[in-house]
Amino acid sequence: MDAVVSFGTCPERYRHWRLDLEGDLAWLRLDVQEDGGLVPGYELKLNTYDLGVDIELYDATQRLRFEHPEVRVVVVTGTEGLFSAGANIHMLARSSHPWKVNFCKFTNETRCAMEDASAHSGQVYVAAVNGPAAGGGYELALACERILLVDDNSTAVSLPEAPLLGVLPGTGGLTRLVDKRHVRRDLADAFVTTPEGVRGARAVHWGLVDEVIPRHDFEKLVGERARELGAPSRRPRDAEGVALTPLEREVSPDAVVYQHVRADLDRQGRTATITVRGPEGDVPESLERIHALGAAFWPLAMTRELEDLILHLRTNEAEIGTWVVKTRGQIEGALAFERVIARHSSSDWLVNEVRHYFKRVLKRLDVTSRSLVALIEPGSCFAGALLELALACDRQYMLDGVLEDDEAGEEGEAARIVVSESNFGAFPMANGLTRLGARFFGHEEREEAARQRLNQPLSAEEALELGLVTFTPDDLDWEEEVRIALEERASLSPDALTGMEANLRFVGPETMETKIFGRLSAWQNWVFSRDNAAGPEGALRRYGTGQWPAFDRRRT
Amino acid sequence: MTATIDYTERIPNNVDLASDRRLQRALEAWQPRFLQWWQDMGPALPTRDVYLRTAVSVGHEGWAHFGHVPLPDYRWGIFLAERDSDRVAAFGAHKGEPVWQAVPGEHRADLQRLIVVQGDTEPASVEQQRHLGSTAPSLYDLRNLFQVNVEEGRHLWAMVYLLHAHFARAGREEAEALLERSSGSQDAPRILGAFNEPTPDWLSFFMFTYFTDRDGKYQLGTLRESAFDPLSRTCEFMLKEEAHHMFVGTTGIDRVVRRTAQLMVENDAEDIREWGGIPLDMVQRYLNFHYSVSLDLFGSEMSTNVANYYTAGLKGRWREEQRGDDHILADAVSTVEVVADDQIVEVEAPALVALNQDLRDEYVADCRNGLNRWNRILEEAGIDIRLALPHHGFNRRVGAFAGHHISPSGKVIGAEEWERSAPGWLPTEEDRAYVASLMQPVLEPGRIASWIAPPTKGINGQPFEYEYVHLA
Repeated sequence: MDAVVSFGTCPERYRHWRLDLEGDLAWLRLDVQEDGGLVPGYELKLNTYDLGVDIELYDATQRLRFEHPEVRVVVVTGTEGLFSAGANIHMLARSSHPWKVNFCKFTNETRCAMEDASAHSGQVYVAAVNGPAAGGGYELALACERILLVDDNSTAVSLPEAPLLGVLPGTGGLTRLVDKRHVRRDLADAFVTTPEGVRGARAVHWGLVDEVIPRHDFEKLVGERARELGAPSRRPRDAEGVALTPLEREVSPDAVVYQHVRADLDRQGRTATITVRGPEGDVPESLERIHALGAAFWPLAMTRELEDLILHLRTNEAEIGTWVVKTRGQIEGALAFERVIARHSSSDWLVNEVRHYFKRVLKRLDVTSRSLVALIEPGSCFAGALLELALACDRQYMLDGVLEDDEAGEEGEAARIVVSESNFGAFPMANGLTRLGARFFGHEEREEAARQRLNQPLSAEEALELGLVTFTPDDLDWEEEVRIALEERASLSPDALTGMEANLRFVGPETMETKIFGRLSAWQNWVFSRDNAAGPEGALRRYGTGQWPAFDRRRT
Repeated sequence: MTATIDYTERIPNNVDLASDRRLQRALEAWQPRFLQWWQDMGPALPTRDVYLRTAVSVGHEGWAHFGHVPLPDYRWGIFLAERDSDRVAAFGAHKGEPVWQAVPGEHRADLQRLIVVQGDTEPASVEQQRHLGSTAPSLYDLRNLFQVNVEEGRHLWAMVYLLHAHFARAGREEAEALLERSSGSQDAPRILGAFNEPTPDWLSFFMFTYFTDRDGKYQLGTLRESAFDPLSRTCEFMLKEEAHHMFVGTTGIDRVVRRTAQLMVENDAEDIREWGGIPLDMVQRYLNFHYSVSLDLFGSEMSTNVANYYTAGLKGRWREEQRGDDHILADAVSTVEVVADDQIVEVEAPALVALNQDLRDEYVADCRNGLNRWNRILEEAGIDIRLALPHHGFNRRVGAFAGHHISPSGKVIGAEEWERSAPGWLPTEEDRAYVASLMQPVLEPGRIASWIAPPTKGINGQPFEYEYVHLA
C-alpha cells in the first residue's frame, strides 16, 4: 500500500499555495513546487496539481471561512505568467484507477465547496487568469463566480483533455460550461475540441470568461473588480475568526480515534464501524460562549473529525467497503445543540458556517463509494442533525427493544430516533432535496407524516411504520441479522455496489452538482477504464512520449 | 417469557431448545400453524392412534421409540447428528477449512434456497398422500403410510429448524411459506414439479416411496456434505429416517410383484385382472412413469447453479470423501449426453457443471438394485418376463432430453411414433381406472387386499396381524 495520505495541513506548511490577506480581500496564489508531488515519480511542472496541491487548496478554503470572517472575496490566481495547466498528466497516467477516481472526487468536492462559500458564506471566489489556464486550471476558474482573463493577445483558456489526452474535462468542466456559464452547446463543443483554447475578446464573446483585463494593470484592476463583487457580502467586518487547530487523532492498524469520532476496522470483514459521539456537558448558552469555544464547539469539532475520517478512509482504506454508522450519546443533548444552531445560523456567521460545513460533510458521505449502513441501538442519539447520518446511509437497522446483555439495555432504554426541523431543509443534498425528501420522493404525504412527529422520540416500531428505518430486528435476531446482512454485502462486487448505491442515493431532480458527481464523473470513470485512455497505447499513457495513441475506433 | 411450555417434553430435541429463546419464539408462532396444516392437509382418515416410531435421541442404539400415538400428538422433534468438532470442508474453494457453524453472509441466499427447496418437498408428499388412508390394503400398510407421513413432517421440522435458527426474520418468513404452498395448488403450488403430481393409489405410493423418495435420499446425501455444519448434521440424521421410506417402497413393490407372480402361476395367465391382480406390464408402466418424473428432480444435466453450490462448499457429491479426485474440480472434465440430429451423443463438459448428472448416475445405479430384487422374485416364481428401468432420457420434462421423444430403450423417435407407442409405455386412463378399482380398503387386522402379498414380517417384531392402527 502507498504511504498514508493525511488531509491535515495549515498555511504555514503550504508548499504550493500562498495566501495573502488584504483586509476583506484574500489572494490565493498557486505556485506549485515542481518537486513537491505527493508521491514520487512525476514533476509538477507548469503549475499542474496533484492531490497534495488540492489538499492545500481545500484547507485554504476552509480556513478562509472559519478563520477569516473579514474576507469577502477570494481571488484565485497563479504566479509568473502561469495560471494552471490542470491536473498533472504524468501523475494521472501512473495512478491506479481507484486513485484517479478518488482524486477527482476530492477535487470536485473542493470546487463545489468554493461555490458553496460564494453562495452561503458571503465569500465570493474570483479567478484572475494571469496566464494559460488549461484543463483542470480552467476548471478551477470555472468554480469561481467571475473569471477575469489577462488580455495579452496570447493567454488562452482551454479544455484540451479530449483532443490531447483522450479523457474528459471531468472536474466539472463540461458541466459548468453549459450549466453555470450558459455557453452555447455548439460553441462549447468547438471549445473543448480546440487544444489551443480561446483567448481575448472571443473568450468573452463565447462566455468562457467574464472580462479581459489589460496586462499592465492586471493585479490592480483585478483587486478593484474583486472588491466590487465582495461589497454586498453580509460577513461581519469586525468579527474574530475561529482558529482551526490541528485535529488530534490516533491511527492504529485497526482503529482511527478522535475525540468525538472513531472508526474500528474489521479488515477481514472489510468493514469500518464509525461511531459519532454526541455532545457531552452543557450546551453553550450564548453566542459569546460558542465563539469562545471555537474549534472546541462540539458540532464543529465533531464535523471536522468526521470529515477527516471520511477522507482518510476513502483514500487510505479502499478495501474497507462497508461503513457501519453508529452514534452514542444523549438525544436531549444532541437536540439542545441543534436548537442553538437553528436559532443563530441565519444571524451569526460562525454558526452559519458550522451548519453549512456539516451539510458539506454529509454530502461527502452521499458521494462516498462505500456501502453505508446505520445501526440504531440503545444508547444512540440519531436525533435531528445526527439523524441525517442515518438517513445518508443505504440502509438503517434499528434494534426493536433492548439487548439482554447490553449495558444500556439493562437500564431498559430502547433506542429512539428524533426527527427535527433541521431534517427539513438545513442540510440539503446535492440534488437540492432534503434526505427525508429524497427518501420519500413521490410520497409527500409520508414526509408530512414524519413532520407530524417532530421532536418526538420514536420507537423502532414507530420509525418502521413511518418509513424512517429499513429493518427493526429485535434482540433475538439483531446480531445474526446484522452479521448476515453485512457479510452478504461485503461479498458483492464492489463495482456493482458503487454504481448501484450512487444511483439509488440520488433520486429526483438533477442539479449542476449531481451532474458533476453522477453523469460527468461516471463518464470520466468509464473513459479512465478504457484502453483508449488508460491502455498501454492509450492517449493518457502516450501523452508526452512522442508516440501517437492507438485507438480502438469503434464507438461504444 | 412465560415458562409454561416444556419444550423438551413437547419437542424432543438435541439442539438445547430449552435455553434458546430465539428458537422458542420462532417455534411458538410456527408450531400452531404446523398443527393446523397437519389437520387441514395431513392424513384424512380419522384414527384414534397409530403404532409409530418416534425419534427421541440420535444415539446409535435406541434412537427411536415405538408406541401407539394419536397422530396430532406425535412429538415432532429436532435432531441433528452429533457434531464432529474437527470436521473440515471436504470440497470446493473452502476445502480443508473448518466447517461453518453459522451461515456466512456471502452464501445466505444460496443456502436459504437449498433448504427451502428441500423443505418444500417434505410437506408436499404428505399432501399428495392425504387421501390414501381410506384405501389402504391392510392395517400394516396404513401404519407405514402414517409413519412416512409423520417422518416427512419431522423432516419439514428439521428444515424449519435450520431456517429459524440461522436465517433470522427471512428464515421465519420462508418457514411460514412452506405451509402456505400446497401440492397441486393452482395459485401456490409446491416448488418442484413431481411434488405437484397426485398420488392417487397405493401402487403410485409404493412407486413414489421407491423412486421419488430415493431422489430425496440423494439430495440429502449431497447436503450432508455441506460445509454449513448444521445442514450437514441435520441431513445426516434425516437419512436414517429416509431409509424407512425406501423400505416401504422397496418391500411394497416386492409384495405387488410377488402377488402378481403368484396369480400368474396359479392361473397360468399374464392378464390376471379377473383375479384382482396387477398385470406386470401395468407395473412396468407405473414404474416408467415414476422413474422418469423422479429423474426430472435432479435438474438439468448441465447446471451452473450446482457448480456454484459445489465451489462454494454448500452442496457436495454423493459420498464426496470417497471420491479419488481433488474435490475442487476446477479443471476436471466430464461427459454429458445431449440430443443432436436425433442421436443421443456424449459431449465434454466441465465436471463442475455436470454434477447433477453425476448424482443422477449414482441414483440410477441404486434404482437398479430394486429391479434386480423384483426380477429375482419373478425368476423364483418361474416367470420369464422381466421388469426394466427405461432409458434415463425417457419421458423427461427437465434437462437435455426435454423436448425430445426417447423410447424406453433409448432411441430418439418422432412425435408420431411416440403418440402411437406411449400407451404401452406410460399408465393409461384404463390402467389408472383399473388400479383405482382395486383400491378397496382392507382395515381388519390380519387381512390384506387381493393385489398385494402380505409382508414377510411385521413392524418392530410385531406380527402382521397386530392392530397397528386403531381407527376412530
